[in-house]
Amino acid sequence: MTRVAPLLEVSGLQTQFFGFGGTRVVKAVESVSFSLDEGETLGLVGESGSGKTTTCLSIVGLLPRGGRIVGGSVVFEGEDLTRKSQRELRRVRGRRIAVILQDPMASLNPLFTIFRQVAEPAFFHQQMRGRTLRARVQQLLQAVRIPSPEWRMRDYPHQMSGGMRQRIVGAIALAGGPRLVIADEPTTNLDVTIQAQYLDLLKDIQRQTGVALIFVTHNLGIVAKMCDRVAVMYAGRIVEQAPVRELFDTPRHPYTRALLGSVPKLGSKEPLYSIAGQPPNLASLPAGCPFHPRCPEVLARCATDEPKDVHAGDDSVARCWLVSDGVARS
Amino acid sequence: MSRFILRRVLYSLVTLFILSATIFVIVRLTGDPLALMAEASARPEDLDRIRHQWGLDRSWPVQYATFMQNAFKGELGKSFNYRLPVSELYFQRLPNSLTLGIAATLISLLIGVPAGIISAVKVNTWWDYVAKGVALLGLSIPGFWLGLVLILVFSVWLRWLPTSGAGDWRHVVMPALALGWYFAASMLRLTRSSMLEVLGSEYIKLARLKGLPDVVVIAMHAFKNALIPVFTLAGVNLVVMVNAAVIIEVIFAWPGIGRLLYEGIFQRDFPLVQGVVIMAGFMIVAINLVVDILYAFIDPRIRLTR
Repeated sequence: MTRVAPLLEVSGLQTQFFGFGGTRVVKAVESVSFSLDEGETLGLVGESGSGKTTTCLSIVGLLPRGGRIVGGSVVFEGEDLTRKSQRELRRVRGRRIAVILQDPMASLNPLFTIFRQVAEPAFFHQQMRGRTLRARVQQLLQAVRIPSPEWRMRDYPHQMSGGMRQRIVGAIALAGGPRLVIADEPTTNLDVTIQAQYLDLLKDIQRQTGVALIFVTHNLGIVAKMCDRVAVMYAGRIVEQAPVRELFDTPRHPYTRALLGSVPKLGSKEPLYSIAGQPPNLASLPAGCPFHPRCPEVLARCATDEPKDVHAGDDSVARCWLVSDGVARS
Repeated sequence: MSRFILRRVLYSLVTLFILSATIFVIVRLTGDPLALMAEASARPEDLDRIRHQWGLDRSWPVQYATFMQNAFKGELGKSFNYRLPVSELYFQRLPNSLTLGIAATLISLLIGVPAGIISAVKVNTWWDYVAKGVALLGLSIPGFWLGLVLILVFSVWLRWLPTSGAGDWRHVVMPALALGWYFAASMLRLTRSSMLEVLGSEYIKLARLKGLPDVVVIAMHAFKNALIPVFTLAGVNLVVMVNAAVIIEVIFAWPGIGRLLYEGIFQRDFPLVQGVVIMAGFMIVAINLVVDILYAFIDPRIRLTR
């Protein structure tokens, strides 16, 4: 089977934060590789601080102060984004890759109208003006199901509910006509019914526009609903990556198993399973596999040698000695 | 909105009432004005006559009640020294003080705001360090010292500008610079911290993620949000500079309200001091009200509530 070149190919991405004049280095993202085809949805899951958000911001080259990509490449539509200048990246952001941020209450500018904020990407990237621009904004608001957009676009963010604001943020993401949307926990701050609506909306938009989606979340239920493939992150690494069904049916990494085990089940009398210990400090990681101090199935070599990516099954990759030993035996 | 304004006006009246009572008592603690009004050889019965004439023989509560009664009618009493209504003196000096105050405010804004923005955008670079150094100098160099240095350099050595007095624009330059300097520093610090806060916000992150040019992100998305506290401070500063630029006005012999206040204090001219302080208080209260209403124009959240 011949494969077309993927839309996005991240390989060996390494992002670090330098603090205290470079004396403290936090390895936020460590050799992360994944790829994404047109129209595909990748879920990025993991605990807080596992490097999900940093991975996303590295893709668009907009890291917080002190952050730097120190290795690897991000090839998007055939171009390596890590080699581009900020000026060139600006033409990618909002136009070819859009990002939806977590907090709908905070991600809109309180002093500008909805129209202005939704119009900006089309104004700056597509040079739309006047009536064309108004029509475009109305169409975008319609797409995210804002009722009577011709009126609501004159409103200010504080006049809208959280769910509506997050839909507006969705409209902003679509405004530049991107090929890839990165949604960084877009439903965390919405209540559950609004969450479900929002996810349906994203799915519909994806069907209509064929946009690819990276979905960052720590909610495995959302992953099951939304994603084609999942990458599980731990301590800045992708420890397991697989198609969604396969990951849920046969999780290969002990961390994935633990994550799945810690999802509450309705009607269960068992106490909720939780992973022992704390996520490691990214400035001083343990030797070997970073998960080994918390791993219920730890082997002697886990404390000394870091495992490599091992292909298992059809399209599944895991980074664990158990898996590589298993593959070697079979 | 109207209820909001009404409440503000009510607070303002209470503030002015407290201010008037305080200044009334404080001027009376500075000593007996008769000692400066009459000659040392004056007879006791003459002193009593003068005291009676100015109403100073009555008890403080009675004096205060009379003062307030007149103040409500818009009369702030007659100056002991000038024998003229205080309001007349005040409004005579006001144009000069306004000129100085507005010039100094413009200087403080023109220096403080751009430097504050640069400092915030280039935080922890040498731009920022220079700006912080300038702010520290601004806050720690006293205005009177700067004024004297300016006179020395520009009037005595270079002979570019007149040392003192009021006249054309050349008279305004040095006092406005000496006065605006301190306020420029406070403006710089406020702009910097306000900008830093806004630049760290999620909506600025989203604006960058939209691929907007930096100029648009900083000058429009961030600056407009950072402007609100800066405006407030500028308004209050202006009133302070108009009414209380005592030292600078004395150094540059600027015929403004500050010097009027200075004379009043040294002459124990109770009505004059009371009048100037009440007027200053009134203006501060009024400018705060104006600033509050201006907010509403900048910020839709205030404008559109109720």
